[in-house]
Parts: sequence; C-alpha cells; structure tokens
Amino acid sequence: MSTAKDRSPAGSGLNDDIGEQKRLALYRSQVRLREAEQRAFDLFLQNLVKGTSHLSLGQEAIAAGFAEAMVKGDLSFCTYRGHAHTLARGVPVEKVLGELMQRDNGLMRGKGGSMHLTSEEHGVMGSYAIIGAHLPIACGAAWRAQYKGDKDVSVCFFGDGTTNIGAFHEALNFAAIWKLPVVFVCENNLYMEYTPIGDVTAVEHPAADRASAYGLERIVIDGNDADEVYRTAQKAFAKARAGEGPSLIECMTYRHSGHSRADPAKYRPEGELEKWKLRDPIKIYRERLKQFGVSDETISAIDASVLKEVDDATEACKAAPVPPEEIIFTDVYANGGWAWRN
Amino acid sequence: MAELTYRDAVARGIAQEMARDPDVVFLGEDVAKAGGVFKATVGLYEQFGPLRVRDTPISEQAILGAAMGAAMTGLKPIAEIMFSDFFAVCFDYIANEFPKSRYMSNGQTKCPLVVRTGNGAGSRFGAQHSQSVENWCMMIPGLKVVAPSTPLDVIGLLAAAVRDPDPVIFLEHKSLYATKGEVPDGEIVDTLGTAKIVRPGKDCTIIALALMVSRALAAAEILQVEHGIDCEVIDVRSLVPLDTKTILGSVAKTHRLFSVEENPRLCGWGAEIVSIVADEAFYDLDGPPVRITTPHIPLPAADNLEDLVLPTPARIVETIRRSLGS
Repeated sequence: MSTAKDRSPAGSGLNDDIGEQKRLALYRSQVRLREAEQRAFDLFLQNLVKGTSHLSLGQEAIAAGFAEAMVKGDLSFCTYRGHAHTLARGVPVEKVLGELMQRDNGLMRGKGGSMHLTSEEHGVMGSYAIIGAHLPIACGAAWRAQYKGDKDVSVCFFGDGTTNIGAFHEALNFAAIWKLPVVFVCENNLYMEYTPIGDVTAVEHPAADRASAYGLERIVIDGNDADEVYRTAQKAFAKARAGEGPSLIECMTYRHSGHSRADPAKYRPEGELEKWKLRDPIKIYRERLKQFGVSDETISAIDASVLKEVDDATEACKAAPVPPEEIIFTDVYANGGWAWRN
Repeated sequence: MAELTYRDAVARGIAQEMARDPDVVFLGEDVAKAGGVFKATVGLYEQFGPLRVRDTPISEQAILGAAMGAAMTGLKPIAEIMFSDFFAVCFDYIANEFPKSRYMSNGQTKCPLVVRTGNGAGSRFGAQHSQSVENWCMMIPGLKVVAPSTPLDVIGLLAAAVRDPDPVIFLEHKSLYATKGEVPDGEIVDTLGTAKIVRPGKDCTIIALALMVSRALAAAEILQVEHGIDCEVIDVRSLVPLDTKTILGSVAKTHRLFSVEENPRLCGWGAEIVSIVADEAFYDLDGPPVRITTPHIPLPAADNLEDLVLPTPARIVETIRRSLGS
C-alpha cells in the first residue's frame, strides 16, 4: 500500500509504484547479503569457514527482490549457492555464519553445511546441492498448495547451468500441465561453474528461450536491478496465486567471485568483471535511493546497522562451541534416532 | 474374509488409506484413468477423483520430486514408479533427497511418503524390466524398505508405510500380482520392521523375501517329505527396519542359516544378515551360513534362461541338502 510518505518527490518523473518503505527494505536486504557473504569470504581466508562455499556476491538484487515480494508462508527452494536466498527470508546472519563456521549455533548445528541451508520457520525449504533436484520438489510443494487451496507460492531459484539437466525440463512440463503455483527463477550469471554458459547451451538465453516449449511466456530481466526483480516477482506471484500457473524468469546477472571458494575465476576475459562491477546492484540501488530523495544519512544508518549485525554475528559465532558429538546419530528417522534394526 | 489377488490388494490398501486420510494422494504413470499397467490401481481414480489420483508424464524425477515436495509440506503422497529398474533414472531422490533432508536440516524437515514399484523377475521382460533392486534401497541410511509376499501383507504393510513418518520404498513383486490369498474384512494395518515365521522348523532357518518366500516354502516341504529336514522359513518382509531379533532367535534354535535372494549376488540383502549372524551368533552356528542368490549377471529374457538363474525350489533343496550332509 502506497502512502503519501512513500511517494517520490513530485515531478521527479520516476516510477514510484514501489514506495520508499519497500525501497529501503530492498536496499537493506542487498547490503545485508553483501556484507554477510563478504564476511564469510573473509572468515574463509582466516580458516574459520570450512568446507566449500558458493557466494552470490554481485547477484544480491535477485535474492532481495524476490524475498521482498514474498509473504509469510511462501516457500523458497534454493541451490547450494543459497546463502543469499536464506538470509533474504529473514534468517539471522549468526545462524548462517554459524553453519558455515561449523558451530553449534549454526542453522543446522553443523549437520548440513553451506550447501544445505534450511530454515523451515522462515519458509526456506532447503538448499539443494544436486543440480536440478529442487525444481520437481518445488512442484510438489505447489501441488500441495493447489490441492489444499492454500495461497502460498513456491519459489525455486537456480543457476543457468541447471537449465541443461533433465529435472529442469521434467519440472517445467509438470508444473505447466498441472498449472502449479510455482515460480522458477534462473539466475543467469553467464557461467556454468567454470564454463561460459553459451559454450554449452543451444540457445542464447538458457531458461527463457526454453519457455515456449512448455507454453510459458519468455521473460528476461535485468537481475541487477532490484526494482525490476521485485516488480517481476510480484507479477509472477499474483499469477500463481490466481491459479494461472507457473512462471519461468531469467535474471541476467554476474557473480563477482569464483564458482566456489576453490575457484579464482581465471577463465574470465579481461575487463569483464570490471564492466559488471559498474553495474553492481548495490551501487545501482544506492543511486536509485538518492534519486528518490533518500538522504545520505538514512543510507549510512542502514549500512551501519547491517554491519553491526554482521559484526555481532561474527563474534557470536567465534565464541560458539562446536556441535556436540551426540547429534551425529540424531534425526536420521522421524523418531529422532538412526536405528535400522531391532 | 475374502480371497483377493495381490494385485487387488494393492488397490484395496491404497483405497483404505485414501478413505481414512484426505492428505493421502497418489501419482504415477498410467495409474489413474488406465488403472496401472499391472492393473493394480483399478478403481482408485473413479473412487477418489482426479485431484487425488493423478496421471503423470513419463518423468520419474518429477514424480518423486513432486512427491517429496508435497510430503515436506503436509501431504502423504504415494508415488508409483512403474518398474523398479526405473529407480535408476530418479535415484537422486531415493539416495540423496528423501533420506537426507531431515538429517541435513537437523530435524527441521519431514518426508512421509511411499514409493510403490513393480520389482523382480518372472515376466521375461529382460534385464531392464525384471531386476530385484531391494539391495539398491537397503544400503541408503534414512530410507525404510519393505517387500510383501502375500495379499494380506500388501494391505497391512502398505497401510503401515503410508502412516509412517519416514520415506518408505514399497517393493511389489510383479510375479506375485496374480497370486491369491485370504484377506479378512475391515481395516488392516501391519507393523514395519517385523519379520514373520511362516513355517516353523528345527533343523535350519531359511530367510526369504517376496517371490522367494513361496519358493522357500516349496523347498521346505520337499526337504521335509523327501529328506526329513525340518526347515524354519522366515519371510523377512522388511529390510529396513530389519527384524534381526526374529532371525537371530531362529538361528539360535536351528543353528543353520540359508538366505534365498532374488537380487544379484554382490551386496545382496542376505549378505548383511549373514554378517550380522556371523558377528552376533557365530557360536550358535553348526555350519557356515549359505546364500542362495541369482548369479551376478544381468537377467536374460528367454523363459528357460530366466528360469535357470533365479533361485528355484530345486536349487534351494539341493543346496540345503548338501550343506546339511543328508
């Protein structure tokens, strides 16, 4: 709901459909994802983040834009590159950093790790590390909503590389024929792990150019513009909630870091990263806020409060104990244990 | 009490659970309007309607993935994979997704679903439509695995599987669909993780599963009549959870163990049980445990060839007779 206070200065000529309150939330979310992931990277260099981790630095507008368009009860299905999507649904930074740092305060107490972030209470129904696996799973959650008459939407995030695995195509067809309330979000960051997506895909737009095969609209958006992402998400969610079926949205973006922590991304052509950094989603959005008359003080206050959350979370995680050994044997089965025999 | 085929027992078991709980839904290829390629789900579409009994495309990953998403969010899906051999094209869900989600999320998520499938040989379908894949499933932590041998057990174990809060792989044997058995009227619910002594005996224990149970019983009859060997036959029924108590108790009584397994030899389910018995009941044994299995080969299609490779009553009799030295 737009209020007088939300509106941009009269005569600015800028689209004010989003409103100041939501714009500040979108900005805050993007900065929070950036700072938290940058911190994860720094902690990795200090050997405090273990295992692997896949960062979304540079792709924050997509996670923030979709999450801000979601309402309580909507469900997120993420990939192994899922820190941003998990945080964007409101999961505390401490819970995510704790999991990355293998501490007992982690989201899953160290039993899942970076690639499997899950927070059911926030609607984050899991992060899936097998490419494509979660697209059919999101269909199933949407089928439940359809069957029970629930109004929630299942939102499934994945990368450009996922568009070449079978489960992607099975899920799109399945969602289309059953008219399921599911929204598929392809984050096209131009690289399938280390390989340019264009080198291994028959079409220019790996998701959108396949949409017509499933009777879906071809949608390609600027994934570095949180407003555009937010508006597109709202439209797709409204369609899903109205019982009009799935959407497939391809968001063009770029990851600033390598595929995983082991990847220095030397395969990039010279200058490509620098070019994309000019289109950094947070830089774009900070300028947008200023165009709408948001003061430097307001922006700095958001930046400072985010940094404080991340700093506090870091200290809490450093002080947290490692998980107790007895949880090795818990929650294999629903009775809480692991017994496979009497 | 009525006589029912194993095939009709499947439909009755599903119907019993769908009538009891509106959250039970059923999906698979050709399962609704066509009533299933084995005719095991005839009438369900008519009884429960198109929202609860749904035909899917040939998309095994979509079938199992959708079942999982529905299960995670509140439904109790039954998914059919037409032939168990097709587990190979959707094994990610069976091996990586269903059984690991709860553990990885530290208990936040649930996955109460049943995957029904036609398992086993005898139909001359060749190496990609005849396999016994129970050992593929048994090796995965987080799954439960059952394989009924009678119409009564089909209903009771299916009901138990649907009501169970964990993912259950339900292996129906294709060569049993036409077999008949007595089934009482009214609701039938069994217990997962329970083996059944289907023939008491004192000289040796034979453990068997699904189609092999009737062959073990036939062999036991011949051994009794022709050789004076009194076999105890156990229908294992549930590989996970495994009722080791019943098996170890039987071995303590008979002092000899034979498994009859349709799965190919390496890592067959009997190997795990033999290992448990060797660990925990070695001094109860009067001789080596012996596994009678399908050889470690892909299954041939021709009548005479397929018949030769599956354990038969004659092979069971011969193996046990020789092992017991009578």
